[in-house]
Amino acid sequence: MSPSEHWRIERQPGEVIDRSQPINFTWNGSPVTGYSGDTIVSALMASGVRVMSRSFKYHRPRGVVTATYFDPNCSFQVGDEPNVRAAHRQVREGDVVRAQNAWPSLSFDVRAANQLVGRFLGPGFYYKTFIRPQTLWPLYQKVLSRFSPGGEPPPIGTPHEIFDKRFAHPDVLVAGGGPAGMAAALGAARSGASVMLVEEEYELGGHLRYGGVESLAALASLRAEVASFDNIEVLTDSVVLGRYDDNWVGIVQRSGMWAKERLIKARVGTLVVAAGLIERPYVFEGNDLPGVMLATAALRLTGLHAVKPGTTAVVFTANSTGDEAVARLRSAGVQIARVLDARKGDDVVRALGRGKVTGVEAGDGSTTEADLLVTATGWTAPTSLLNMAGDRPIWNPQAARFTPSELIDIRVMATGGIVGDGSTAELVAHGRAVGSEAAARARGEVPQSVAALTPYPHPALFQSTTVGFVDFSEDVKSKDIVSAAREGYDSSELAKRFTTSGMGPAQGKLEMVNTMAVLAEATDRDFESTGTTVWRPPYAPISLGALAGRAFEPERISPIQSWHNEHGAKNMVAGQWIRPEHYGNPAAEAANVRSRVGIIDLSPLGKLDLRGPDVVKLLNLVYTNSWDNLAIGSVRYGVMCAEDGVVMDDGVTGRLGADHYLMTTTSSGAGNVWDWLEMWLQTVHREWQVTITPVTTALVSINIAGPHSRELLSRVTDIDLDPASFGYLKVRTGSVAGIDDCIVWRIGFTGELSFEIHVPASYGLHVWQALLEAGKDLGVAAFGVEAQRILRLEKGHLIVGQDTDGLTLAYQAGLGGLVKLGKDDFSGKPELVLQEARAGDHSHLVAIETVDPMLVPPEASQIVVNGNDIVGRVTSSRMSPTLHRSVCLAHVPADLAAPGSRLTIVLTNGDRAEAVVRENLAFVDPEGVRLRG
Amino acid sequence: MLLIDCPYCGPRNSTEFRHAGEAGKSRDLASATPAQWRRYLYEYDNPLGWVRESWFHSAGCRRYLSSERHTGTNEVRWVVPFGTAAPSSTTDEETSR
Ligand SMILES: [Zn+2]
Repeated sequence: MSPSEHWRIERQPGEVIDRSQPINFTWNGSPVTGYSGDTIVSALMASGVRVMSRSFKYHRPRGVVTATYFDPNCSFQVGDEPNVRAAHRQVREGDVVRAQNAWPSLSFDVRAANQLVGRFLGPGFYYKTFIRPQTLWPLYQKVLSRFSPGGEPPPIGTPHEIFDKRFAHPDVLVAGGGPAGMAAALGAARSGASVMLVEEEYELGGHLRYGGVESLAALASLRAEVASFDNIEVLTDSVVLGRYDDNWVGIVQRSGMWAKERLIKARVGTLVVAAGLIERPYVFEGNDLPGVMLATAALRLTGLHAVKPGTTAVVFTANSTGDEAVARLRSAGVQIARVLDARKGDDVVRALGRGKVTGVEAGDGSTTEADLLVTATGWTAPTSLLNMAGDRPIWNPQAARFTPSELIDIRVMATGGIVGDGSTAELVAHGRAVGSEAAARARGEVPQSVAALTPYPHPALFQSTTVGFVDFSEDVKSKDIVSAAREGYDSSELAKRFTTSGMGPAQGKLEMVNTMAVLAEATDRDFESTGTTVWRPPYAPISLGALAGRAFEPERISPIQSWHNEHGAKNMVAGQWIRPEHYGNPAAEAANVRSRVGIIDLSPLGKLDLRGPDVVKLLNLVYTNSWDNLAIGSVRYGVMCAEDGVVMDDGVTGRLGADHYLMTTTSSGAGNVWDWLEMWLQTVHREWQVTITPVTTALVSINIAGPHSRELLSRVTDIDLDPASFGYLKVRTGSVAGIDDCIVWRIGFTGELSFEIHVPASYGLHVWQALLEAGKDLGVAAFGVEAQRILRLEKGHLIVGQDTDGLTLAYQAGLGGLVKLGKDDFSGKPELVLQEARAGDHSHLVAIETVDPMLVPPEASQIVVNGNDIVGRVTSSRMSPTLHRSVCLAHVPADLAAPGSRLTIVLTNGDRAEAVVRENLAFVDPEGVRLRG
Repeated sequence: MLLIDCPYCGPRNSTEFRHAGEAGKSRDLASATPAQWRRYLYEYDNPLGWVRESWFHSAGCRRYLSSERHTGTNEVRWVVPFGTAAPSSTTDEETSR
């Protein structure tokens, strides 16, 4: 294709192209030259390209309809980016542009044969054709995906692009930068409001941009005035996506910054909706032929891009925009073969031609030769944002469009075409008044009404015959809607879903009103009783990249993390924390703990400092066991249940002084538990005196575990470690490695003799290194989370959330011994009372041994009876380096919980494995000799 | 997204808060039957209209708050510290706009 200038007309007063800057790109492999400022589509039109795509279902050739972002026929693949709205996107040097959904090519399309079988692709064909038999679904999926009009996603390994997020708090946000929108921004800015003015095109101006010289003069002065205000932030190529509660507004910004796309979340004082009007296509036979386009499309192509869309035109007009198109086309050198005026009763019944328009048949039966048919038959008000603010726009039969009813929220206003019509001066006056009032409302002033802008009368024109297309992107014809109505889908929401009219990329902007009109006619109702569908967010497409954007979630790391990284740690994500999973060989790390001594960084452990005379009451309330007699210097293990009796968290709490306790929680539960304690203190027992201070990150926690742990700790502390005075479940404070005020307690999650040290966080690394240095001859080594998980499983200690789930009550987790039903009150008590009475019914947590000792069934493997009836599951499983066999915990029903019960486990490959329930949860040291040593 | 005017912190996004349920449910451990207890645990009135409820400003002042919100419009009429008297409130039928 040569860079033909045949279709480019002389310089236009409002043209946005820079003729001194040619842009070279390719279209389906052929070179094309456009100008800087061209859209991809305007550059193609200037080169004589008329067929832009093949339609979704019937693969009919399609051309430009609206020449806007929402043109249903102009989604292209640009490089590795699919679904680019090419009637909007400015062309860039080197762009590689391809048509989508046109394999093997636009001109030779094997699937055009679909047209011949169209009668099998009627409304609801998805639902009817592809339902049975279900076994063929994978095949259906393949067939359907070949119909998909989408492009190709970037291949795996494509470099990531940068997406960003931003938060904003404008007093007034104006959605739409046409004359009324610009005026609203000015009206608000004049009274000092901070204003964000959002325009979906690359420039402010709306319809003034492609209007005549007077429009362009008005536009120039409005633009200059907007530029003179520092308190107006203009966002172009940006769209307001949705309006949510309390004027929370989402905006996507698509270009003009360092990121590919940016999602702006704005809390807006007053939202002014100035979305303008969308021109509505007309339904008649052949209305989808390339060469049939809207009057606004013709005005855009000629006025903005100096492109002549055809040689000989018929214009079907019902309004001044159509009349303007006649004049514009004529001045662009297009021969006007005929003007059909709807206001005088003229009509269009058929566009003639195959693959392109060659003639037009009028309502009087006469035909006219033409390669261009321009229609101007009415407007659709894009009331999406008003819908989202709770408004239900009403059908205005005189104007043949929807207009806002009463705006439900005083912080949402509307101006411009969406409310009414007027000269540029009238639109601007209304916009200024609305903007000024919007600013006043944002300041909290009593709302005043603004003089109304009313719509011009307009003939109601939707279709001449029921043969034409209503939805171009979904390939829905008027007669499809008629037959849907006949099948009983006569409500607008049902008909929409059944026919998929309005469910394509334009999301009803072009199709919704025509769909309603066809449905109303088919069911012999008026618009009012047919009803409309509700527009929901997002108003325009947004990429998943922008929604994901930049994460604002900081990671938490221990003060010892630098050491871990220097010593080969393989890190894992655990909630908000990054922590070492292991240092290369978790089994060896676990074995070293059993035989010598290991240290683990437990800093993520949740820690709450509790002080006050009523701490014991709080502990009795949130833990299931009793805390009445916990002596100073002692610690105790406790389980927390929610009010429904489900195990919520567990941990150790130590009493450091008369009214001073340190509570530990699971790492992931730290925040929840803190909230939970505050709930009891602030809403139920407001008289209790307890102060909670979170100290999770104030203390570094290090566990020393293994037979040599006492020897190791004794070398660096002044605390008396004699087991006679510092026994199991005791707590002491003292100096460790020269650091005063360390808290040391004896517990045994790993099943070994162990000391847990809580050190002021800034000294954590020092103490860690001191322990490693002091214990060299003892064989001390760091161990990670995986080794700890092996060790605790060997010991039969459960992990909340791993060996319990959202339905596990305390008794089911084998924690009955920790439930003191005699207490007056504790969280979960009523449910646990009931569960205790039904002890025979519920499932149990048990330890199981696979018959094949080398088999480690994956966690979450199902336990079955009678073939495939699922009755339980494996909750934890590991190969034990101590016992050299697999060790597992499992949930099983009561009748399989007795020691010696045989179980059948289904493995991931479908194989079955046998296992036996053990006597005791602990595989290693069930008597607890080691940890009490 | 709902905006909640915390009496301690000022207007903040609802994502900073944890919804803490409808107000006025009585936690009667001593005399509730199992059926009553489960109603307390799981059942909410959830009317269309004004409801009193509690919020916890977890990412702010960490105080529990009481409020009145319209479940149809999501308008929050008032927010006070938990345990303080509600402002003299209009009747349930009335909508404020
Ligand atoms: Zn607060």
